Amino acid sequence: MMSFTHLQSLVLPLDRANVDTDAIIPKQFMKSIRRTGFGDNLFDEWRYLDRGEPGQDAAGRPRQPGFVLNQARYAGAQILLTRENFGCGSSREHAVWALRDFGIRALIAPSFADIFHGNCFKNGLLPIQLGAQTVDQLFQRLQERPGYALAVDLPTQTLRTPEGDCLHFDLDPARKHRLLNGLDDIGLTLQRAERIRAYEKLRRAAEPWLFN
Amino acid sequence: MVKVGQEVGSTATQRKFVARLSPAEALIALDSAIVGLSSHEAGRRQGEFGLNRVEQGIIHVVGPEQGATLPGMTVVAGDSHTSTHGAFGALAFGVGTSDVEHVLATQCLAMRPMRRMLVQIEGELSAGVGPKDLILHVIGRIGTAGATGHAIEFAGSVIRAMSMEGRMTVCNMAIEAGARVGLVAVDDTTIDYVKGRPYAPVAAQWEAALAYWRSLHSDAGAVFDQTVRIDAAEVRPMVTWGTSPEMVVDIDGRVPAPADEADPVKRASLVQALAYMGLEPGTALRGIAVDKVFIGSCTNARIEDLRSAAQVVKGRQVAANVRQALVVPGSGLVKAQAESEGLDRIFLAAGFEWREPGCSMCLGMNDDRLSPGERCASTSNRNFAGRQGPGGRSHLLSPAMAASAAIAGHFTDPF
Repeated sequence: MMSFTHLQSLVLPLDRANVDTDAIIPKQFMKSIRRTGFGDNLFDEWRYLDRGEPGQDAAGRPRQPGFVLNQARYAGAQILLTRENFGCGSSREHAVWALRDFGIRALIAPSFADIFHGNCFKNGLLPIQLGAQTVDQLFQRLQERPGYALAVDLPTQTLRTPEGDCLHFDLDPARKHRLLNGLDDIGLTLQRAERIRAYEKLRRAAEPWLFN
Repeated sequence: MVKVGQEVGSTATQRKFVARLSPAEALIALDSAIVGLSSHEAGRRQGEFGLNRVEQGIIHVVGPEQGATLPGMTVVAGDSHTSTHGAFGALAFGVGTSDVEHVLATQCLAMRPMRRMLVQIEGELSAGVGPKDLILHVIGRIGTAGATGHAIEFAGSVIRAMSMEGRMTVCNMAIEAGARVGLVAVDDTTIDYVKGRPYAPVAAQWEAALAYWRSLHSDAGAVFDQTVRIDAAEVRPMVTWGTSPEMVVDIDGRVPAPADEADPVKRASLVQALAYMGLEPGTALRGIAVDKVFIGSCTNARIEDLRSAAQVVKGRQVAANVRQALVVPGSGLVKAQAESEGLDRIFLAAGFEWREPGCSMCLGMNDDRLSPGERCASTSNRNFAGRQGPGGRSHLLSPAMAASAAIAGHFTDPF
């Protein structure tokens, strides 16, 4: 997994609450589990005027000019700013893959849905949770100032704004460690293979009906 | 019950705990990982029901039906509605692809303990009000992120009196309230349901299992991080009007007006939802005409759901303005059972299509879809924009309410 330490980037504002994973990547693109190539179809139904199908060349598709992903001032942004309960609904990890493939490395929202939140950490995507008022203020500032960029520093768990504010965010220490070092979850777990085997033995004795 | 919030250190669940990874995280062991369309069970006997087998169907219908889902198990699948299996006092939740991989490779998942929420429903549900109305009521009350980070235990006299199928409907939509896990304590209803199913233990193992399963309930005086109490008498037949399951009112309700919402973020969501749904503020839900009706999905495609819909439909006709009305059983066994009771003939005579088991119009991944602008009364679980087809407008409701909408041609009280 790709590690994450620092990020200085433009911010893409997606001013909607309860953005569901069906909206992040529509179901017709879920027939692949390659983990890459989903970026062109990120927010497909909001981003394009036609109906997206897998395997299309995105270059020729008519775009919805009002949608933020199609606006030049946010081109190249690697941070997505959004509202409450981002990533709700379907457990599809394709939502995270699409964000990553598009180039997003960090998300800022007042809250994230549980399954999506867990999936982020499996793919080097940092979900940053800030208070609803702080998020609201960032939306306002971003609108007022073109080229608005933020600096994320994972080791100190801080976000620096152009105004000079230093915003702290909370993060689970174990997840932070894995993200900082780009560690593979399966590899880490298998370091405890002995414990797992010992546990399995116990379990076979305690609940044999699970192993028939 | 299953002390979800105290995964590490409580006696009831120590058996699930493999190793502590950090002060906040622990490795928990998985009993069953359901992968793809077949049930591939890690650690258990391998079972697979191909498309031509009568046992084939939606995994959240088939697992319980086969006794493959058992109390006290930890179950994951790459599908958020895995919470359904919590109805059995199992710890069941949806995971992403990487977590599925992790389970298959290691038998474990690294997790933080979930916080605990108790949803207690006391009293008696009114006539015409069922499990689907109850869970929609809960979601409307606490919101689609109301239980984020929590496991919900559904309890109270209404849950105790509810069938396993009803409990599955309730737990199925815990995720629509933000909770990965929804569960119900084991009782006689659970045990009677499991007994004799193909994958359930027998003889001495059954007795040993019973002793353990009977311990899967909350301790008296258990502490929850949040408690929601609901008076069953307040629960009415529900219909969603918007693009999130929390956008729900009862059948006497009206589409809300964004102007009445003080919070600007919520107001913007209302405006977007109304535009997408093609509805005006203040419109009465009763009377909104539907183009299609879908009875099915992992929420509502079990035999009791089909019986409840058939009871409404019997001797009546689908309204002329309804272009398509589908009944899709959740498994081949549900279909066979329904046919043995003559339910298929009731639906067919009324003008419904009687389909082969599967997910059908729930998620628009096959040819059963809504066309842009089409309005659907659906017993499924998600009314997100585009969920049932690009531009499609989904209204979630119970099987009895969906059947009533099919007959009336618009939303109405359950007949």
